[in-house]
Amino acid sequence: MAGRDVTRTVEAVWRIESARLIAGIARLVRDVALAEDLAQEALVAALEQWPESGVPENPGAWLMATAKHRGVDRLRRAEVHERKIAELGRDAELRSSADDDLAAAVGDPFDYDLLRLIFTACHPLLSTDARVALTLRLLCGLTTREIARAYLTSESAVAQRIVRAKRTLSAARVAFEVPGRRELRERLASVLEVVYLIFTEGYSATAGERLIRPELLDEALRLGRILAELLPRDAEVHGLDALMELQATRARTGPSGEAVLLLDQDRSRWDWLLVRRGLAALERAHAAAGPIGPYSCRPRSPPATHAPAHPRTPTGSGSWRSTTG
Amino acid sequence: MRVMVLIKATEQSEAGEMPSRELLEQMTAFNEELVKAGVMLAGEGLQPSSRGARVEFSGSERKVIDGPFTETKELLAGYWLWQVKSMDDAIEWVRRIPNPTGEHGIVEIRSVFEADDFGEQFTPELREREALLRAQTEASA
Repeated sequence: MAGRDVTRTVEAVWRIESARLIAGIARLVRDVALAEDLAQEALVAALEQWPESGVPENPGAWLMATAKHRGVDRLRRAEVHERKIAELGRDAELRSSADDDLAAAVGDPFDYDLLRLIFTACHPLLSTDARVALTLRLLCGLTTREIARAYLTSESAVAQRIVRAKRTLSAARVAFEVPGRRELRERLASVLEVVYLIFTEGYSATAGERLIRPELLDEALRLGRILAELLPRDAEVHGLDALMELQATRARTGPSGEAVLLLDQDRSRWDWLLVRRGLAALERAHAAAGPIGPYSCRPRSPPATHAPAHPRTPTGSGSWRSTTG
Repeated sequence: MRVMVLIKATEQSEAGEMPSRELLEQMTAFNEELVKAGVMLAGEGLQPSSRGARVEFSGSERKVIDGPFTETKELLAGYWLWQVKSMDDAIEWVRRIPNPTGEHGIVEIRSVFEADDFGEQFTPELREREALLRAQTEASA
């Protein structure tokens, strides 16, 4: 395989694996910043070695093993070896401990690590800007440059925001855990807010000339779908998923990127696959247990009643007027 | 971007052999991975071509040909519709499709046209009719 192809493969593997990789290592080292450093080191090692050795059969496992190996080296050098090893040993018991209310609901340990990473990146201790940047970086695998481009700000500003956010988490000794039942509502609201902020920035960009940023829309949709899979019993999660899928169906700009108002939109140009997915998510939200909140309400309460009803009637404008009064 | 991932038929799939339990288990796990990664949009497996038909177009003539069809390698056994960031990502996911028996097979990845790619040829009237069709499909689903 040519060098360039391997580089592209490494990048694709990174986009697919980075969130789980960082989450898995963070559980071991109990520090998100260190986990990301180690994951990046593994990525560099892959970029160096795979062009020679070929892409390993299980690239995700290779990256994880490499990152863990370096983590152990790092801990040894830091002369906290024994203490940390003791922590590693404690991990197995922590995993099944009673503080993990959701552990039983989330069967797959890798999923549980990912949830921990989501809740940590979206910790209410951080400003919303910091949560958004950290989420795009740690969970979406976006580079600092990509985040800066999406938000039309400088790379150094984003880098600083991320560094500060990580420092805040370390200084406050934020546990790498999924919150317990008592805190869960508030913490989940913080997560959903971040996802919806990314979505709305993609849907109607506040900066720059383009009105829609498809890359942010796609990331938010993907995060919403992942959350719906990880927390399938939560009405709010499905509510947000439905809200975004339905709203994204109508993300429309004219030929030169200008906004097209809803009433002037050509409905046949909506994305009907997303309509179908949105309606399915809405049904899951209605069927799910758990308290109803802003997201599970929104797609079915006025004035947004048109969201599900409207896409069901794609022809003629009369049906549209009738649903909006 | 969206890609359609086309799983080409094999002699076994055309013979109507059901996948082994092992393959079903691995395929279910793989599908779960796709869903959890936010990649999966849709997907189905297809019955052998013996349960299908073809309609050949020539001028105004329409000739119906019942399955099975002989050119196995050209036939399909299933498809997925994925949301990915790039063709490289799609290739990486396809590399991970389980194949426990090591059987020879081909999976093709194609970029999906978005409505806007059709340009002027896809007129507002055509779009409207396309939308109606999709809605009817939905209502009956």
